[in-house]
Amino acid sequence: MHKALAHNRGDDVAVAVTAISAGEDVLVLYVDDDGELTVRAQADVPYGHKVALQPLAAGAPVTEYSTQVGVARTNIAAGDYVHTHNVKTARW
Amino acid sequence: MELHGYRRPDGSVGVRNHVIVLPVDDISNAACEAVASKIKGTIALPHAYGRLQYGEDLDLHFRTMIGTGANPNVAAAIVIGIEPTWTERIVEGIAATGKPVAGFSIEGSGELEIVRQACWTAIDFVQQASEQQRERIELSELTVSIKCGESDTTTGLGSCPTVGAVVDRLVDAGATVLFGETSELTGGEHLVAARMATDELREAFLTAYDGYVAEIAAGGVDLMGSQPTQGNIAGGLSTIEEKALGNIQKTGSRPVVGVLKPAERPAGDRGLYFMDTSSAAAECITLMASAGAVVHFFPTGQGNIIGNPIEPVIKLTANALTAATMSEHVDLDVSGLLTRDLRLADAADRLLELLGRTVNGRVTAAEALGHREFVMTKLYRSA
Repeated sequence: MHKALAHNRGDDVAVAVTAISAGEDVLVLYVDDDGELTVRAQADVPYGHKVALQPLAAGAPVTEYSTQVGVARTNIAAGDYVHTHNVKTARW
Repeated sequence: MELHGYRRPDGSVGVRNHVIVLPVDDISNAACEAVASKIKGTIALPHAYGRLQYGEDLDLHFRTMIGTGANPNVAAAIVIGIEPTWTERIVEGIAATGKPVAGFSIEGSGELEIVRQACWTAIDFVQQASEQQRERIELSELTVSIKCGESDTTTGLGSCPTVGAVVDRLVDAGATVLFGETSELTGGEHLVAARMATDELREAFLTAYDGYVAEIAAGGVDLMGSQPTQGNIAGGLSTIEEKALGNIQKTGSRPVVGVLKPAERPAGDRGLYFMDTSSAAAECITLMASAGAVVHFFPTGQGNIIGNPIEPVIKLTANALTAATMSEHVDLDVSGLLTRDLRLADAADRLLELLGRTVNGRVTAAEALGHREFVMTKLYRSA
């Protein structure tokens, strides 16, 4: 059973569709092509919040919907919890 | 599904049959509420403005007042103002639709006398409206507005894509659809610009977008702390761009055939229109109803409870927690899209069916709960 949905192949993040616990393997489904990916959660991720699918360096663009949605504030590892503590808007 | 609505004298089609009592200005609210409390079947639309406005802001006030009365969901309108000139201007604007309308001004007669006169007229209008029959209408005759609120990540994954799929079907059927939320397109404004049907429209859209953003910047502020909202962040949205991209899902994929000023009625081709609006739900929907929208789709994540006095608001959510804890506000639960128990095409079928039932008279959750948020957009302070 999948625990996260990613919008598009290539996106850096997926949305938890059930609460995720640190250490568990998370099956991610891609909405655009029904593809799958498994990532090991590095932190707890609440329902509706995001998990990183690949490592991101501080300052790197963060992609969702195949579009930039922000900038990484810190280094982010695959499986990390992604939210306002480690991503900011690229606009201001 | 066969659709049945109210055909107005100007040929427009409504799905409700309201008799409204419309104040021209804030100080006429009490008279309007007195009439509406006495004469059953009328509804007062109190608001905060209408005095000492000028320029573009005054134009918008008149456009919103006249547009509200002209909305096809309104069978007849009573207009009450403190002074005769502005009252008559609104009456004349509404009268152009051919529907019954009457105006009353308080100065020179007194409030009690005006309430007495307006009550007599209100009885007549309610009785006329009560004898109007629904008749067969076509989907292409509808104007539908869309705006989401209290968004979270489920909005972009479920409820907005469902609305987007229905918007594409409506546009393909020849209906008119309005979307707006200018500053909340930030992060996806290039995607909206790319869908403008002509270069002229693209320029008009970017002028409106850049103008709104410049207006915010001119205050020496940014939207940090406001966009995303605390509710958005609690729901997992991290940035304005992420919020905007979810928001834009509800506009579907068809070209945008027009760019409208706030409360401007689409004139010309049917199809998908952008309107320059605030992203605050009540302001946005009030403007869209003023432009003639007769039904609204409202995707929500964390649970916005907005309604409108003349335009039924259909709410849907893909957030299972919201669907469970705020079910009295939810007309359609599409949380199965996230568990993959529901396909997008099936969710769109359900929403289209609910649209038909709402057009035919089904009371929405917001209507049943008495949500009548009527909020005028004010462009700047009065003189």
